Amino acid sequence: MFLGIYLAMKELWRSRGKFLLFSLVIALITFLVVFITALGEGLAASNKEYIEGLDAQLLVFRKNSDLNIQASSVNQSDLRAVKRVEGVEAAGLIGLSRVAIPLGEGKKAVDVTMVGVEPGEPGEPPVLRGQALSRRRGKEAIIDVNVARLTGLDVGDGFWIRSVQASEEKFYELTVVGITRSQKVLFNPAIFVPIVYWEKIKPQARLGADEAELVSNVVAVRLNDPASWPQVMSQIMGEVSNVDVADIVTAYKATPGFQAQQSTLGTQRTFLLLIGVLVIGGFFQIQTLQKVGQLGMLKAIGSSNTTVAAAVLAQIVVVTLIGALLGSGASAGLSLLFPPTIPIVFEPQVVLSVLVYLMVIGPLGGLVSVRYALRVEPLTALGLAGG
Amino acid sequence: MAAALEVQGVSKVYRNGGAVTRAVDHVSLSIEPGEFVALVGPSGSGKTTLLAILAGLLNPTEGTVKIDGEELSKLGERKRALFRRQKIGFTFQANNLVPYLTVLENVTLMLKLNNRYDEAGLQRAKDLLARLGLGDRLHYLPRQISGGQQQRVAIARSLIHLPSLVLADEPTASLDTERAFQVVETFANLIHEQKRAGVMVTHDLRMVKYVDRVIQMLDGHIERVLDSRADISCLANPADCTPIPVDALDPNAAAQACPSPY
Repeated sequence: MFLGIYLAMKELWRSRGKFLLFSLVIALITFLVVFITALGEGLAASNKEYIEGLDAQLLVFRKNSDLNIQASSVNQSDLRAVKRVEGVEAAGLIGLSRVAIPLGEGKKAVDVTMVGVEPGEPGEPPVLRGQALSRRRGKEAIIDVNVARLTGLDVGDGFWIRSVQASEEKFYELTVVGITRSQKVLFNPAIFVPIVYWEKIKPQARLGADEAELVSNVVAVRLNDPASWPQVMSQIMGEVSNVDVADIVTAYKATPGFQAQQSTLGTQRTFLLLIGVLVIGGFFQIQTLQKVGQLGMLKAIGSSNTTVAAAVLAQIVVVTLIGALLGSGASAGLSLLFPPTIPIVFEPQVVLSVLVYLMVIGPLGGLVSVRYALRVEPLTALGLAGG
Repeated sequence: MAAALEVQGVSKVYRNGGAVTRAVDHVSLSIEPGEFVALVGPSGSGKTTLLAILAGLLNPTEGTVKIDGEELSKLGERKRALFRRQKIGFTFQANNLVPYLTVLENVTLMLKLNNRYDEAGLQRAKDLLARLGLGDRLHYLPRQISGGQQQRVAIARSLIHLPSLVLADEPTASLDTERAFQVVETFANLIHEQKRAGVMVTHDLRMVKYVDRVIQMLDGHIERVLDSRADISCLANPADCTPIPVDALDPNAAAQACPSPY
């Protein structure tokens, strides 16, 4: 086997131009696979980051809202009913709406998802800097790091949000009290405001008023025993009328378009990997066909099948590895140039999984050529079959 | 002296539907260490098939081939590959060298295959290549040297691991006359010096002047064996001799008479 690897390395080095060119083809495929995977991760994160990171196990929706957060509408009485269910440790209303943060003359406003949460209840994110929300009616906000980066806001800064109410653009002032980690939801970075003030300033068909009835989208429920969520879910559905309950994963997967988007990207990725198998397989098959005489000679002088297989496989592995590393490196490098608004997330484990996929499919694609190499008949290859 | 190669009643029969072809027909021969034998004959005479059988690349339909007393047909595929790499040296007509290995690496490949690559082996390879006039081409790739030089590298490779039997299939096919003579002469000298048994298949009868015995094959069987210097010289240089019918050959008159080539 070592002799096979020795032969493979010698050929790779002495024909490095040819093999590097092919590694670049694999790098391109890797780049596309990693890019699409990162885009998938980024888009998914833009949709689910906040929901996935909730300090809660269940979300309560209005019945028949198809677990669509924006289509759901729950109120205080629902919240109280949920809190009464055994096993529920805490619950809080969550409301989602889209607003913009104007940045001044000539600058594009930053679109954000404004999340109304109850201070101290499930739904309010932990802060990295600053402090938590203090009052249900406070004109204060926790912003996520994306908003901080896009707007330059920091703890203590005041800012305005633009909200459309009764067909009019209304501006409300808020003060940043804390900064939380990335909490994207509904494809936007997020700001968190007290639920009562959220009710007043959110976009709506009428002008916001302090006395408005508090209606939000869902109730986030934290349980005494997180593992008991299936039982508590059934209890809530049994004891609280007119609601649907979902665990966190089901909830974000039910977001409109989430599954379709992920399956589209998944299909593209699968096809790219399939193309990778074909390209790698095709290249090494041609490579093997060109070496029939040489392989026949090696077999004739006594090389074992293990040596021949190791020589072919080692080349496939090295060429694929170089290509995959180049492609991943190029994707990661290029991602640094992307503006933060582009939803691309390079999770090391995701890049690693793509590398592993490619390292599996590379040799898989090359198996045909290994099989062919093993079947090379020295007699025929060397022209000793007659005479 | 014990024979390095012993062939007893070897036949190779191909059956294609109802047609039966005897590519090799009851061939027996024996070659001793230090003896260089040429297999000659027209196309289809069975010489290449016999060479493939001697190399253990083809199983005979009947008969036995023994190299250093070991019977090839009794070895399985793996053991036969092992046997080939240890006991047999090869020079082919084409595809002789690994194109991405240097001259020295091509020769030491046989030592690596046999797990016998060490400082002494490396030195022996360098000495052998120097002896073959390639001392200044050790680190050249095959494509950077001439066809004759490539064949000499192949000869070095076929001998470096001290095999019992060296087989050469048309080693001069792609060479001009001068280089062809050089290659075969060097080959013959090394076989004689190193006491290896050598078998060369050739179409070029001029090359047989360096061998000790010529085996002429026809239709799969041995038609004639020439082992006197005079007969061989005549075969190699017909112009120097008077052709006479085969059945009129008088051993005492061999110096003056030349056997017909086939």
